[in-house]
Amino acid sequence: MIELKNVKKTFTLHNQGSAVIEVVNDVSFAVARGECVALTGASGAGKSTLMRMIYGNYLTQAGQIRIGDTDIAQAEPRDIIALRRKVLGYVSQFLRVVPRVPTLDVVAEPLRATGASTDAAAERAKALLTQLNIPQRLWSLSPTTFSGGEQQRVNIARGFAFSYPAMLLDEPTASLDAANREVVLTLIEQAKARGAVIIGIFHDEAARARVCDREIDVSHFTPGIAA
Amino acid sequence: MTDQSYNFAYLDEQTKRMIRRAILKGLAIPGYQVPFASREMPMPYGWGTGGVQVSAAVLTPEDCFKVIDQGADDTTNAVSIRTFFERTARVETTTATAEASVIQTRHRIPEEPLSKGQIVVYQVPIPEPLRFLEPRESETRKMHSLEEYGLMHVKLYEDISRHGHIATSYAYPVRVEGRYVMDPSPIPKFDNPKLGDMAAIQLFGAGREQRIYALPPYTQVVSLDFEDHPFEASKAAHCCGLCGAQDSYLDEVIIDDAGGRMFVCSDTDYCEARRAAGHKGKDAA
Amino acid sequence: MTPLLSVQGVTKHYGSYIGCADVSFDLYPGEVMGIVGESGSGKSTLLNCMAGHLAPDVGEVVFDTRMDGPRDTVTMSEPERRMLSRTDWAFVHQHARDGLRMGVSAGGNVGERLMAVGERHYGDIRDQAIDWLERVEIDATRVDDRPTTFSGGMQQRLQIARNLVTGPRLVFMDEPTGGLDVSVQARLLDLLRGLVRDMGLSAIIVTHDLAVVRLLADRLMVMKSGRVIEAGLTDQVLDDPQHAYSQLLVSSVLQV
Repeated sequence: MIELKNVKKTFTLHNQGSAVIEVVNDVSFAVARGECVALTGASGAGKSTLMRMIYGNYLTQAGQIRIGDTDIAQAEPRDIIALRRKVLGYVSQFLRVVPRVPTLDVVAEPLRATGASTDAAAERAKALLTQLNIPQRLWSLSPTTFSGGEQQRVNIARGFAFSYPAMLLDEPTASLDAANREVVLTLIEQAKARGAVIIGIFHDEAARARVCDREIDVSHFTPGIAA
Repeated sequence: MTDQSYNFAYLDEQTKRMIRRAILKGLAIPGYQVPFASREMPMPYGWGTGGVQVSAAVLTPEDCFKVIDQGADDTTNAVSIRTFFERTARVETTTATAEASVIQTRHRIPEEPLSKGQIVVYQVPIPEPLRFLEPRESETRKMHSLEEYGLMHVKLYEDISRHGHIATSYAYPVRVEGRYVMDPSPIPKFDNPKLGDMAAIQLFGAGREQRIYALPPYTQVVSLDFEDHPFEASKAAHCCGLCGAQDSYLDEVIIDDAGGRMFVCSDTDYCEARRAAGHKGKDAA
Repeated sequence: MTPLLSVQGVTKHYGSYIGCADVSFDLYPGEVMGIVGESGSGKSTLLNCMAGHLAPDVGEVVFDTRMDGPRDTVTMSEPERRMLSRTDWAFVHQHARDGLRMGVSAGGNVGERLMAVGERHYGDIRDQAIDWLERVEIDATRVDDRPTTFSGGMQQRLQIARNLVTGPRLVFMDEPTGGLDVSVQARLLDLLRGLVRDMGLSAIIVTHDLAVVRLLADRLMVMKSGRVIEAGLTDQVLDDPQHAYSQLLVSSVLQV
């Protein structure tokens, strides 16, 4: 379902003496439906970069990144937009929202974007916020004022609002307490059970061991770091 | 004293030809504002310089000329314009609507229906009906040429939203032959229905603004309105105090220091003719 | 799928000075595209060429019309183009007073486009105006007030209502949040996002505010000296800019 072939990424810093930084090279792997794969490797190995490339957030210099029939490395922006709307979900570590928008609407938005009715989207958002222990009195407030852990949970609710066939998870359990960590792991297991393809970064080793079927050490693809 | 030193009807022949060409063009395109090279006239702007130039261009020595100002033949403006053409064109003048072949008017249409062969000349202060909402002349011309008249209804919309009804009571905009939106000059909207299907030729002259426009006989003229706020030709709900007429446009006249008032026909000729025929209002002496 | 707007090789010179040069792109239904660049980069010239306010020297601006399919709006007759600009197109100016009639009530401002396309029932027009005021979060009791009595943010929302009342398919926006307080900006952005999503609008937004495009635009073009130097997915261009100037632009944003 997600397949990378000979993928390469470099950054050229034009304003810093045109320094060229090679991040990853010749990355190839595939992840099947219902499978959850963890990207591992030391900090700076390129885990997040690879995730962002799969999401289309970073440009891929060479190779193919296939999600279904779409090659992210070659796709037009509108194809990537369509893919992100209905196929590819992403839970980042950071919450980026329009200030002032109530939490409930923030969570419901990805669902609204898929064409769900206002009511259905709100129902799903309420269920997720409840499940993730965000107190109801906060729902009408903007999450920009929330604590780090609360923001992280709002982000997760947003990422799981729609049942994406493929998901990218960047540290989904970081800064969560035991109870909420359990909720998130359950959500991941449910997503796997319905056949979603999942690629994640988990520093939480116990979580990784519980939900991931295998690990891919990104250091193997990192030039200059001995594997 | 007659002024032989002036050409017939004051203006030189070339100027009159130029004005006639503008008039003919205006008649060919009913409601369209034709630019013309307005001349300085021996009277201030606002006193009918546009109307006077149009009258000068259409008058012939055989014509009989009538001037009304807000319906009256005896106000300063009417008297002086009448005298002007008596002296410069030596045409016959009259106050009787039916006898006149050319009627110059400021802000009224005579009550008595006009007939074939007559010409009405309107004095126009501001010819552009879109002016108050769109001050750019370049833009209003474009709106006319492209028939973009939504703005005209915005004006009426504003009226209703503010007053509960269309409060525009004079210079009420009309659509001519389904094409040009036209300012009928500041006649009361009571007169609007007379504009359409009229047997006489109607010419409009704006001196300061240098525009002439026209309605040939029997032109379709429709007052703009909304489906749920239709046009109404309104007048004061009274009879003429002098002649008792119920169907004429009335002026309200304050008659003493105690707030006493009476309503009289604004069309003096119409009122006099009725009184001569024996009609009598409640205030008649 | 037919692009809603297809811009091909649009070039506009001011004498020997380049306004914009050889700009091409396709915009599909429902897409929001941002155009960023510094003052004088040609983004406003390009916007005005696309919206029919300026005639490009060279190039095509093909719009997928409802009646006749794709038509080059540069060569179509002026009446047709003006008809488009009051039906299928909308233009939101940076300064609300450029896009509003300040001497006309809020209801009249919103109703104008309806009357321009032939609506002649006062009650219906007023109802639609009130409905739109509420959609842009302006209290219905303000319907008869003039925009001069409105705050800057309200004026901008009124301008948006006035533009969207006829259900356009393409909205051009020139710095829609410029000159507004930051708190008001956020509210306006949220409103625009909702309208774009619910009405399936396509939009082209010119701004120098990268935060605005990140929140509103799906795609981004970066302009410099009249030329498009980089284009792509908004978050990709902002997070992984390829061109030296884009990198400078992104790295120059002050972090809060």
